[in-house]
Amino acid sequence: MYQPPSWFHELWAARSAFSAGLLTTVQCSALAILCGTVLGVCAGLVLTYGRWWGRWPFRIYVDLVRGTPVFVLVLACFYMAPALGWPITAFAAGSLGLSLFCASHVAEIVRGALQAIPRGQLEAGKAIGLTFRQSLAYVLLPQALRQVLPTWVNAATEIVKASTLLSVIGVAELLLSTQQVIARNFMTLQFYLFAGVLFFLINYAIALLGRAIEKRVALL
Amino acid sequence: MNYQLNFSAVWRDFPSLLAGLGLGLELALVSIAIGCVIGLATAFALLSRRRALRGLASLYVTVIRNTPILVLILGIYFALPSAGIRLDKLSSFVVTLSLYAGAYLSEVFRSGLVGIPKGLREAGLAIGLTEGQIRTSILVPVMLRNVLPALSNNFISLFKDTSLAAAIAVPELTYYARKINVESYRVIETWLVTTGLYVAACYLIALLLRMVEQRLAIRR
Repeated sequence: MYQPPSWFHELWAARSAFSAGLLTTVQCSALAILCGTVLGVCAGLVLTYGRWWGRWPFRIYVDLVRGTPVFVLVLACFYMAPALGWPITAFAAGSLGLSLFCASHVAEIVRGALQAIPRGQLEAGKAIGLTFRQSLAYVLLPQALRQVLPTWVNAATEIVKASTLLSVIGVAELLLSTQQVIARNFMTLQFYLFAGVLFFLINYAIALLGRAIEKRVALL
Repeated sequence: MNYQLNFSAVWRDFPSLLAGLGLGLELALVSIAIGCVIGLATAFALLSRRRALRGLASLYVTVIRNTPILVLILGIYFALPSAGIRLDKLSSFVVTLSLYAGAYLSEVFRSGLVGIPKGLREAGLAIGLTEGQIRTSILVPVMLRNVLPALSNNFISLFKDTSLAAAIAVPELTYYARKINVESYRVIETWLVTTGLYVAACYLIALLLRMVEQRLAIRR
């Protein structure tokens, strides 16, 4: 009599699909977090200390992106970039969307942290003869970093979660790989659960790491 | 680059975009309402003296917060039927977003409850209120006022998450945007209008909630 293959058998058969999907998820998340953080820190600095003509474009950018769902952002990047004469792959378009999203959030986090530092500290830096750049590097940023870290780790897990949206534009990250496996063996419940557990483990690991770093940099 | 902007295709379907936006707002409203109830119950469970209750609540919050919402949406819509639970797409999306909202809002409510001075509870006990009365007529109203700014942020981000309903073909704004995009190939126009609608809706929600905040603020 025919015996349907067991779940473990199916999982083993799909091992390469899952590991490739996992790798893609990690790649696009890491890329987006890296680019988004660099861009976001710059935007946050301009938003806090820039002149009005520097602040305005970034303000509009941040408000626009934060008022749009990531999903729409990813779809817009995917469809609009080629239409504007910039043919990029789905992976690149998706990572671009995620980076723009990440940058707007990091910008707000950085701005909040910098504005929470009393203005007197900047003045004190000036009084002892530090240039603006020096007071930024030695006085303001180290303090802001402590404030930023927990929220930034949160933003990182948001990006990992948002990377699942790339499945819709055809990037074979973990979720799309899972759907492809399910399309073959119809073990819907088991494999969605499996994908959910994998994502949970990634994010929980990041959260734990964040908590550990937070403890290390906390002022006693 | 010679892309000619032509909004006629988008304007022709503008009513369906608006209808989609309306459905998204409706979904968000219902899910947030249910999510508030779940969140409040979970917040009290998180602060409960019983260890089992606390553990259960924190398991729920940790799992939901660390799993991508797209995985939850697809899992509940596609995988639950094989466990015998069959929901249509609208109710399955509402269930998912409510569960998701509950986990996020419970953290907000919990931090609000923790921030209430102990004396308030003791004062309630002193004038002879029961534990339940203290909760409903002292703790919850005071807490709600304190957490309103954090709540509005969460409401807006939950509204943006309704865009993901498009993944299970719920006809909301993103669904129509993708449809118009594919049917007319007016890529730039479609996504510009969609983004504009989302940003406008988010701004309106933010303004509305700020008005509520100001109205409820305690004058000192």
